[in-house]
Amino acid sequence: MSYPKPPTLVQAPPGVEGHGFFATSLEAVIGLARKHSIWPLPFATSCCGIEFMATMGAHYDFARFGSERPSFSPRQADLLMVMGTIAKKMGPPLKQVYIQMAEPRWVLAMGACASSGGIFDTYSVLQGIDEIIPVDVYVPGCPPRPEQVIDGLLRVQQLAQNEGLSRRSSPEYKARLAKYGID
Amino acid sequence: MEKIPHALIQEKLTNRYGSDIVSAVEEPLYKALVITVNPKRITDVLKYLYDDKDLQFQFLTSLFAVHFPERKGEELEIVYLLHNLWKNTRIRLKANIPISNPVIDTATNIFSTANWMERETYDFFGVQFKGHPDLKRILNVDSMDYFPMRKEYPLEEGSRIDKDDTMFGRESLVEGN
Repeated sequence: MSYPKPPTLVQAPPGVEGHGFFATSLEAVIGLARKHSIWPLPFATSCCGIEFMATMGAHYDFARFGSERPSFSPRQADLLMVMGTIAKKMGPPLKQVYIQMAEPRWVLAMGACASSGGIFDTYSVLQGIDEIIPVDVYVPGCPPRPEQVIDGLLRVQQLAQNEGLSRRSSPEYKARLAKYGID
Repeated sequence: MEKIPHALIQEKLTNRYGSDIVSAVEEPLYKALVITVNPKRITDVLKYLYDDKDLQFQFLTSLFAVHFPERKGEELEIVYLLHNLWKNTRIRLKANIPISNPVIDTATNIFSTANWMERETYDFFGVQFKGHPDLKRILNVDSMDYFPMRKEYPLEEGSRIDKDDTMFGRESLVEGN
């Protein structure tokens, strides 16, 4: 009888190890923790949202990456996933949701509409959510396959792991938010 | 139930309103009765169509506008689709107003459902419905500063820089345009 392979565990960051202790940088530990506990806030308005439901479901199982709990409150969310066409009228509510999220926060634009307006080059549709909020990862597609969404999430994980502890208080970051009128 | 004969509707309206009924024709495709009235009398006509016991057009199916830039002086056509539910008879009522002064009386005192329809018509065409209880935009974002369904405005958003005309064919395919 053969047993399934044991799951691969997350590797510890480089550090000094001895009997009963392990020393590494705080930044690496926090990066590791953030990477594997990204709670997404699904902001789904249309067909990309349906594709995201498949991503979240048992088959593709988004939860494997530490996103066990889709947070439907922005206060406890780390990653804003914007999926679908954002009408101009939806712009202010979306921005409000982003503002209500606590730092550190990331934004993933899923699909052509959220990224650029997609086929909806029309007076009523926002031509990409990056007109109103900063975006970290764009996932192309119309709609993207669940594998692509997972790839996008893995890229957000990389950002979360590597961004360091000082980025969010840096003047560059503040200036970036100020560009969007967020303080 | 027998439908109301178009001739009867036509006759009753012209007898009562005379020259304020600009035209009343049966359009050839669906044989629908299309009545164009003087916009100043629109609420009178709607009320009469509603109350008269032979007519009883008491259901407003839809209310909207159409923009015809080439019709000078009456560029905006306000269309009322009316339905008599007892005799299953429908008519189209139209009123033409100039785009320079797009004002017409509200139908909300006769049909409550006209409230949102008139707001939508205002939102997209800028038609001012005199007497409407709360005439403000309903679908578009409040900060929009034009009426997007008027034909002088482009459908496209205009801020896109990722589209290449040679690839996406924004140029008109019609020669000379």
